[in-house]
Amino acid sequence: MEREAMEFDVVVIGGGPAGLATAIRLRQLALEHGTGLSVCVLEKGSEIGAHILSGAVMEPRALAELFPDWQELGAPLKTPVTDDRFLFLTRQRAFRLPTPPPMQNHGNYIVSLGNVCRWLAQQAEGLGVDIYPGFAAAEVLYHADGSVKGVATGDMGRTKTGEEGPNFAPGMELHAKQTIFAEGCRGSLTKTLFERFKLRAGVDTQVYGLGVKELWEVTPQQHHAGSVTHTIGWPVDQATYGGSFLYHLEDNLVSIGYVLGLGYANPYLSPFDEMQRFKTHPAIRETFAGARRVAYGARAISAGGFQSIPKLTFPGGLLIGDAAGFLNLPKIKGSHTAMKSGMVAAESLFELLRSESEIGKEAVDYPQRLQNSWLWDELYRVRNIKPAFHWGLWPAMAYSAIDTFVLRGKAPWTLHHTPDHTSLKPAAQCTPIDYPKPDGVLTFDKLSSVFLSNTNHEEEQPCHLTLKDAGVPTRLNLAVYAGPEQRYCPAGVYEFVEEAGTPQLRINAQNCVHCKTCDIKDPSQNINWVTPEGGGGPNYPNM
Amino acid sequence: MKILVAVKRAIDYNVKARPKSDGTGVELANVKMSMNPFDEIAVEEAIRLQEAGKVEEIIAVSVGPAQCQETLRTAMAMGADRGILVQTETEIQPLGVAKLLKALVDKEQPGLVILGKQAIDDDSNQTGQMLAGLLGWAQGTFAAKVEVGVDTVDVKREVDGGLQALTLKLPAVITADLRLNEPRYVKLPNIMKAKKKPLDIVTPADLGVDVAPRLKLVKVSEPAARAGGVKVADVNELVAKLRNEAKVI
Repeated sequence: MEREAMEFDVVVIGGGPAGLATAIRLRQLALEHGTGLSVCVLEKGSEIGAHILSGAVMEPRALAELFPDWQELGAPLKTPVTDDRFLFLTRQRAFRLPTPPPMQNHGNYIVSLGNVCRWLAQQAEGLGVDIYPGFAAAEVLYHADGSVKGVATGDMGRTKTGEEGPNFAPGMELHAKQTIFAEGCRGSLTKTLFERFKLRAGVDTQVYGLGVKELWEVTPQQHHAGSVTHTIGWPVDQATYGGSFLYHLEDNLVSIGYVLGLGYANPYLSPFDEMQRFKTHPAIRETFAGARRVAYGARAISAGGFQSIPKLTFPGGLLIGDAAGFLNLPKIKGSHTAMKSGMVAAESLFELLRSESEIGKEAVDYPQRLQNSWLWDELYRVRNIKPAFHWGLWPAMAYSAIDTFVLRGKAPWTLHHTPDHTSLKPAAQCTPIDYPKPDGVLTFDKLSSVFLSNTNHEEEQPCHLTLKDAGVPTRLNLAVYAGPEQRYCPAGVYEFVEEAGTPQLRINAQNCVHCKTCDIKDPSQNINWVTPEGGGGPNYPNM
Repeated sequence: MKILVAVKRAIDYNVKARPKSDGTGVELANVKMSMNPFDEIAVEEAIRLQEAGKVEEIIAVSVGPAQCQETLRTAMAMGADRGILVQTETEIQPLGVAKLLKALVDKEQPGLVILGKQAIDDDSNQTGQMLAGLLGWAQGTFAAKVEVGVDTVDVKREVDGGLQALTLKLPAVITADLRLNEPRYVKLPNIMKAKKKPLDIVTPADLGVDVAPRLKLVKVSEPAARAGGVKVADVNELVAKLRNEAKVI
């Protein structure tokens, strides 16, 4: 089928902090040098920010490099961190620990990353970037020589069975000299690039965390703008990597979230329910007295760090941001590194496009430029902390202290990761977890939570959660692992229902909040998350 | 014939609206806004009339803050030829909108005005009717089917009992109901082209229209939480409860 095509110098896939920073930096350079350069950003969310979910405490370092006058320009970083607490929780008590150096937040801001992206998009459009929200990049296009030619957006208006419906509109091809993949953690196209160009050869596997977040409007008495709390310990056991954040933003808003390492072993574990249970801790629940919950969402993050960074370039394109895995886990921040990687990529690309007018070139000096930047040093120094948690909480804390204070991140060894999808133990070897029932005031069930993500997908479209083998969910997942997808999915997409006396997997794809956990954690990697129709998915207001 | 389509920037239909904590309105900060779905249907109908050769030019009009330009660009990406924004930061009520639209109709002289039957934010369902009244034109509200003739237009209206068929003399005002059509997907190249289509910005003062609000908003609050159900033992208890507690029989 013939599709229409549009030509750009650079196409960026994904309108998050990384993609927008790249687009901005490219246009800044073009304007400085007085040259033409067409830059287009594709975003699958219905608007910029709709799919952005983060804590978030933001380190303004990269932003200040991109816009030295960001404060005058009105960037929505309004709440400086004033108070930083790090707690170890037992079921009933909270013990204050010294805040580890990577987690110290002096000079940082509590933000809604969605709003920061909305602001970045305004700046980008002002600089001449074409931004197209509501269009999902569904397919990578290649030249005959194997280099990346661009992407195609997904078809709109196909029926459930894949036929062309009455309002069918075929996808568009976007051709570019360079295509930048900024899809965020576990990008669906990035995943295909890893395979095609063998970008992960010789590096550690990527490992992940799932962050479940709620936004609350609390009473003025319970609100302390600028207050930051992180916890470890309860409700998860010491073998499970998990921790919480609690940030007080402006306007009586409090952001609360729980991040759980997806390398957990017990298939009965439910990240969503851990988050709900966490809120009931005596040291936490008082913040929410008389408050109301206003938003909910979830998103996976890359946690592998330095040793999991893949090869970043290939003919015709490159990877930036969390699609590449530039998140700093011990710092629990990734937006500053995402932006920085995008800016460095832009500088490299601009030089490349000026000297090489042909298509399909590889920006080989981008990784070198990164290695000379603060980003590389920052990720290198903390590289051994996450893998140490494989030994459990206390050994890892002890190791982290030595690694940080004595070795200062320069240990002559590097610890390695094991893939998250291989870590589940058969249900028979594990104890079911009895989560408390939601009270509808402080704790909630999944469906009323998903409701607050404003997620929606056009009903009559092919399911975007594809199974390689339709028999695996019952044959393996249910039989051996007690159906873990029912629990790890934070949006209630997967459920086993009895049909004609036998359990069948039902996929409620409309609920999906695009967190990508199923694509990561499915024990046999049987679930392949692909993009639904553009504009589908959550509509986060200020997450 | 020219056709004028009114489009409102409203809270997106996917967003769960919530009142501001002080009860002065609905929380709109950082909330996704888009074209009122019924207005999308109105735009689609205008485009179909143009594609059928009944209409030469489609003018999309919006009333509201500067961001309404995005709504107009969407209408133009769908197929409208140009846009007019009546820009104002103050709240405009249906009568004010109708008066502004009348002023633009006087200026542009369209043969037909199509609007959504109501906006999904305030559900007023008044603007089309008021506009027809101010203009002294025929009106076909809740349209499920529109067929334009030489100097008349046939409208099938959705009414409680089924469909009501009307023939209106042109010029006329039509308001679009849900089943009139299914709006098309906007295509990427058309979004680009829409950026170059003309968009005029005027103010209510330019049009000489007084838009001072006539209605006062008292309070916005959440609906009362639904109380849980109870099981009754028998019919007698049910009847008693319906009579004494629910007071419905």
